[in-house]
Amino acid sequence: MKQYQCIVCGYIYDESLGEPEHGIAPGTRWEDVPVDWCCPDCGVAKADFEMIAIESTP
Amino acid sequence: MNPPIVILGSGLAGISVARELRKLDKEVPLIMITADDGGFYSKPSLSNALAAGKTAPQLVLTARETLAAQLNVDIRAGSRVVRLLPGQHAIEMDSGRVEYSRLVLALGAQPIRLPIEGSGAADILAVNSLADYAAFRERLVDVKRVAILGGGLIGCEFANDLRLAGIAVDVFDLAPQALGRLLPTGAAEFFRARLEAAGVAFHFNTSIARVDRSEGGVILKDSQGKDFSADLVLSAVGLKPETELARAAGLKTNRGIVADKLLATSEPDVFAVGDCAEVQGLVLPFVLPIMQQARALAKTLAGTPAPVSYPAMPVVVKTPASPTVVCPPPAGAAGAWREEADPTGVRAMFEDAAGNPLGFALVGDSVKDKQALATQMPAWL
Repeated sequence: MKQYQCIVCGYIYDESLGEPEHGIAPGTRWEDVPVDWCCPDCGVAKADFEMIAIESTP
Repeated sequence: MNPPIVILGSGLAGISVARELRKLDKEVPLIMITADDGGFYSKPSLSNALAAGKTAPQLVLTARETLAAQLNVDIRAGSRVVRLLPGQHAIEMDSGRVEYSRLVLALGAQPIRLPIEGSGAADILAVNSLADYAAFRERLVDVKRVAILGGGLIGCEFANDLRLAGIAVDVFDLAPQALGRLLPTGAAEFFRARLEAAGVAFHFNTSIARVDRSEGGVILKDSQGKDFSADLVLSAVGLKPETELARAAGLKTNRGIVADKLLATSEPDVFAVGDCAEVQGLVLPFVLPIMQQARALAKTLAGTPAPVSYPAMPVVVKTPASPTVVCPPPAGAAGAWREEADPTGVRAMFEDAAGNPLGFALVGDSVKDKQALATQMPAWL
């Protein structure tokens, strides 16, 4: 599972956690997050995230 | 060889232009000139970093050296521009002259300072940069009570953040409500109650006329002659676009540096973006408009002129005590607010005479409707 960081505000999307409050289930891979999803903290688009780290899951 | 593209400013606007341009053109020479340190930090975080326990250095997302390497940009940090010489395609700095092929003004905005009397007036802080935030954190040591001038977005975010850090907060505003430019009355009432429950003390319909030093703190006197005490005063009464350099060089300025849909100013090859720019009459000092501008301008700079477009762009107010999202109606739009309130929140729609939605304000649990509503709003530009 990977993590992606919003380049504007630093918010981190963690695939293993998802974003259940915004309808993204835990374990949702980044490529499966809808294109119109945007940062819950600052509102920028999915395109403004970049991958920051790769974590292996057991 | 052509002179470089020169960007003045290393805030979100300047850095986003560089980042977007590099997606389209990896080679064109690029210089960024900044009075700051040149590292990239998230400015919206300045007003919610305290409770998150973040120090100023921890807010830097990308250090200057890393950014310079990633974006292949020559960052001249700690440099001041003395004047623009648009007729010569050059700028004059304190350290010499730099020629440009295209110039991007991403100069930001400066905090508005209220005329306040008294021995403590000079100690009033405004937090508008990472350096300001560092100074704010230093001054906060041993502070028990903070007075905030201004109950708008930034003032309320700081108020909530300070409360989460256990500091007492008084907020003063001339308006009869919080977030006066953003929220209709019902939503504002919900917001006020939630922030008061979190310990924020609001003082509306008033302004601070004097701040005097007293033993260990300051005494504030409001326009009605009432006294308040505080250890620290924070001013958050709004921002003024940085237009001085442009105006002095003969560029057309109004509230901001006047730019058209191509972000072009009144001088050839000079562009303006971000909080310093007034694009088609709109000054929008928020993150999303800056991202739209940066994408459009990058295309133009890379050789394909692209006008900026603005979809409706909701503004998130980072007050955890009362989650709040506002999508203001287009400037000057005729219509009225229709509010639906329940104990968990308020959903306010701004509608024209025919009932078409033009904007919305959501507080409390209703913020979950943000995405669905945003797509129904008319574009701003």
